[in-house]
Amino acid sequence: MSEVSAWSAALPAAVPERRAAPSALAVARLMLERDLRLAFRKASQLIQPLAFFVIVTTLFPLAVTPSLPELRRIAPGVVWAAALLSSLLALEFLFRDDAQDGTLEQFALSGRALTGLLVAKTAAHWLLTGLPLALMAPIAGAALGVPQAAMPGILASVGLGTVTLSLIGAVGAALTMGLRRSGALLSLLTLPLVIPVLIFGARATQLAIKGESYSAPLLLLAALAVLATTLAPLAATAAVHINLE
Amino acid sequence: MSEATLEGEKIHLWRGERHVLRGVSFRVTGGECLQLTGPNGAGKTSLLRTICGLSYPEAGAIHWRGEDVRRDLPAFHAEMAYLGHEPPLKMEFTARENLTYWIGVRRRLTRAELDQKLERVGGERWADRPVHTLSAGQKRRVALAGLLLMNVPLWLLDEPTTHLDVDGQRLVGTLLDEHLAGGGLAVAAVHHALMMSERTLRSLELGVV
Amino acid sequence: MTWTWFHRLASPPYLYRTAGRLIAWFAWPAAILIVAGLIGGLWLAPPDYQQGDAYRIIYVHAPSAWLSLMMYGVMGIAGGIGLIWRIKAAHALAASAAPIGASFALVTLVTGSLWGKPMWGTYWAWDPRLTSELFLLLLYLGYMGLRAAFEDLQRADRASAVLAVVGLVDVPIVHYSVVWWNSLHQGALVFIGRKAMPPSMLIPLMVMFLGFTLYSVAVLLMRLRAEVLNRERTARWVREEVGA
Repeated sequence: MSEVSAWSAALPAAVPERRAAPSALAVARLMLERDLRLAFRKASQLIQPLAFFVIVTTLFPLAVTPSLPELRRIAPGVVWAAALLSSLLALEFLFRDDAQDGTLEQFALSGRALTGLLVAKTAAHWLLTGLPLALMAPIAGAALGVPQAAMPGILASVGLGTVTLSLIGAVGAALTMGLRRSGALLSLLTLPLVIPVLIFGARATQLAIKGESYSAPLLLLAALAVLATTLAPLAATAAVHINLE
Repeated sequence: MSEATLEGEKIHLWRGERHVLRGVSFRVTGGECLQLTGPNGAGKTSLLRTICGLSYPEAGAIHWRGEDVRRDLPAFHAEMAYLGHEPPLKMEFTARENLTYWIGVRRRLTRAELDQKLERVGGERWADRPVHTLSAGQKRRVALAGLLLMNVPLWLLDEPTTHLDVDGQRLVGTLLDEHLAGGGLAVAAVHHALMMSERTLRSLELGVV
Repeated sequence: MTWTWFHRLASPPYLYRTAGRLIAWFAWPAAILIVAGLIGGLWLAPPDYQQGDAYRIIYVHAPSAWLSLMMYGVMGIAGGIGLIWRIKAAHALAASAAPIGASFALVTLVTGSLWGKPMWGTYWAWDPRLTSELFLLLLYLGYMGLRAAFEDLQRADRASAVLAVVGLVDVPIVHYSVVWWNSLHQGALVFIGRKAMPPSMLIPLMVMFLGFTLYSVAVLLMRLRAEVLNRERTARWVREEVGA
């Protein structure tokens, strides 16, 4: 047994190995970098939600009226419903591809906390859809007759609201990652859960357009984001484990 | 930390209404490879997935270094590597990128290490090509490089020689021999006999239910 | 781990028989209470000075709304227990509760809009309670849709349990955000009903609440028995039970 010492007996190999393990933050950064790099390799999938957002918002002037004062009244609803649906569109692929090619399984077996890895993946999803949507929402707003003074409010509310959408959506995506053609089911699971985001987000946008203070609904959106950040990743982790089983 | 041993104790596993594993027991120690044989549907893959904690057995337990792995699953995972049926690779990434992210989550990697292991599996020429341009055998070799880079005592391999030519199969045998000579352990589900030293090889035959 | 073993093999027949024995203890009182409550509510109670006889739908509407919520609670808590302790009977209970809760949510919506017609002049007026009841129904549909999407029963159990637990946290948030939304937009619209009721109206309502609750427990036990039978259909005790 003397030559068999490398892995057995007392401490050797395994302990320096632990020290070589990167920190949780470094792992999260690696994961984030991976998902961003991967997304830019598949640029078409990246652009789809944004193009979808533009199409949905242009449907309304065509279907309702081109009159800007009238559009201004429905602008909060249009912007928020479009943002909600666009954010959902990209969610279907959040875990699906990684589950299919086996890379997600390897991450689950890496000995690292899966929750941290999923948070990093969700952050990547927000950077790739939530943030661009927040930047585009004021532009769409302008096309719907929203005054320039309301732009910061729209940007902030969509930016903050999509954080919660990504987090809760990640739970839905994790639950349905092994199912074929799960798009409609994912929407059915996720949309009723994110109604509060729609209500507070649209309210903040509405107040911003009227030129009133929108800090109350914005704070409520922030509260939802905090709650979702603490609870949703745990549910997503449980869901991923169940689907890998 | 006690000696590297892996033990399965009367494992029962159901998949839906199928009682796949019926009281399977085994023991592997450092320097040994346990090959799982048996026809399709005998539960070879199920047993491997149960060992690494992906499947939850209805009864029985897995012990690593004398302790139930369920007590600290992450610590157990840090000491094992599981290679499933298909190489766990992103088609859009190159072989090198794949290894960077796959293994980088577990441990810090140096470029020299990466180059060395890629060379070991004969991949120095195509290491920087996107994986979707590689052949099935080459993808399998990338996975083997990942296995080496994980640098862990316990290997769990599901059909490690699938898609490999004779050279590749010989490579798997050599890698296994080296791993065992260094005190490592392996459990491998196989259809074809592994081209490795018979001395360290033991078999567990699983039957169809 | 011996516990899951215990629950897998020992518990289902016991559960099946116990549930069977209990049904009558809930079903008969439920029948008596509901009949008494209906007589009290539809004949003995006086008409409302504002709403006339239309208010009487509350004797079905309010208990249904209460049970649609309670069944979600049962589903979420049972799902959580099943998830944490890997108890299959708890998953069976959660699965049995969902269609009952969904049915009560539907009854609540239908009776609510029937009530709305004489009250508001329209079947649907975006009343906050009805709106959040609608989302509750959608949550039930999502839960049942997710269950149905899995072929593997264990996976369906565990995945839907995660959703139920998430919903348990989310349902109050959805409800209060809808109330908040409504207070901004439709402050004037008042959902009539909760002002001090005379005892002649209130007592039949309480009787109906109790009757509906006992009825749901009885139905839950029946569904649980069916669920257990279906899950254990290959087990020997089921063959003995059914064959005998």
